[in-house]
Amino acid sequence: MKLRRDPFQAIADPTRRAILVLLASQAMTAGAIADNFAAARPTISKHIQILSECELIESNQQGREISYQIKIDKMKEIDKWLEQFRKIWESRFSQLDNVLLAIQKGKK
Amino acid sequence: MKNNLQFDFLVDKEKNAITIRREFLAKRQLVWDAYTKSEILDQWFAPQPLTTKTKSMDFREGGHWLYAMVEPEGKEYWGRLDYVKIQPLENYTALDGFCDENGNLNMQLPRANWSVTFQDFDQNSLVLSVITYQSLSDLETVIQMGLKEGLTSTLERLDDLLITLKK
Repeated sequence: MKLRRDPFQAIADPTRRAILVLLASQAMTAGAIADNFAAARPTISKHIQILSECELIESNQQGREISYQIKIDKMKEIDKWLEQFRKIWESRFSQLDNVLLAIQKGKK
Repeated sequence: MKNNLQFDFLVDKEKNAITIRREFLAKRQLVWDAYTKSEILDQWFAPQPLTTKTKSMDFREGGHWLYAMVEPEGKEYWGRLDYVKIQPLENYTALDGFCDENGNLNMQLPRANWSVTFQDFDQNSLVLSVITYQSLSDLETVIQMGLKEGLTSTLERLDDLLITLKK
């Protein structure tokens, strides 16, 4: 695993995506998360650690227990980049529409 | 004019790929020309208020398109698209990148693989573009760089960000 924090890399892994889906509905402890997977607990802990480092989830200490919850802002940030990229293409295509129209009119 | 042209924008976060499907009101030959001839690319590639300026175009396998996106104030952002494989009227694949005005690639910045496929769609055409990054965070880098360059970050002027995407 690369050391740099890369939220896109973090969500590229199916287990980590599954963890995010679990946490989307409620905050959970590491143990409760691990109960949902066949993988060994240290493996799941590692995934949780990566998600934390990427700031996709955050931990809350409640007494002896640490629970994890999703960081909505960070997830939205990812979608924001993609949305910007989409808008760029939309704008480009609408110009191409006009160019195509103009060329076809010129031919007639 | 708002028409109901098909437009799909799909993100595969697992494969770091973005698939864009768009219908155009023109025959395939014309759409192919619009994507592969610099005199037409110059008319649409950079969104307003930017303009596209071609320095050289060598549309063949191993050749490249060297162009700039120019701000109204004159600032230029250079890019090049290296053509890898070309099947006329069907598909081309290419590698994009940032460069200087002489076409020297900036290897520090992310490059993306393009695969662009052209199809008939009734009387119209369909263009399928698959853009693959090493990592989707490369895309974030590219867009963030635009913000660093002092370009506006407001969503209303998103078009300006295109400058740094230099496709």
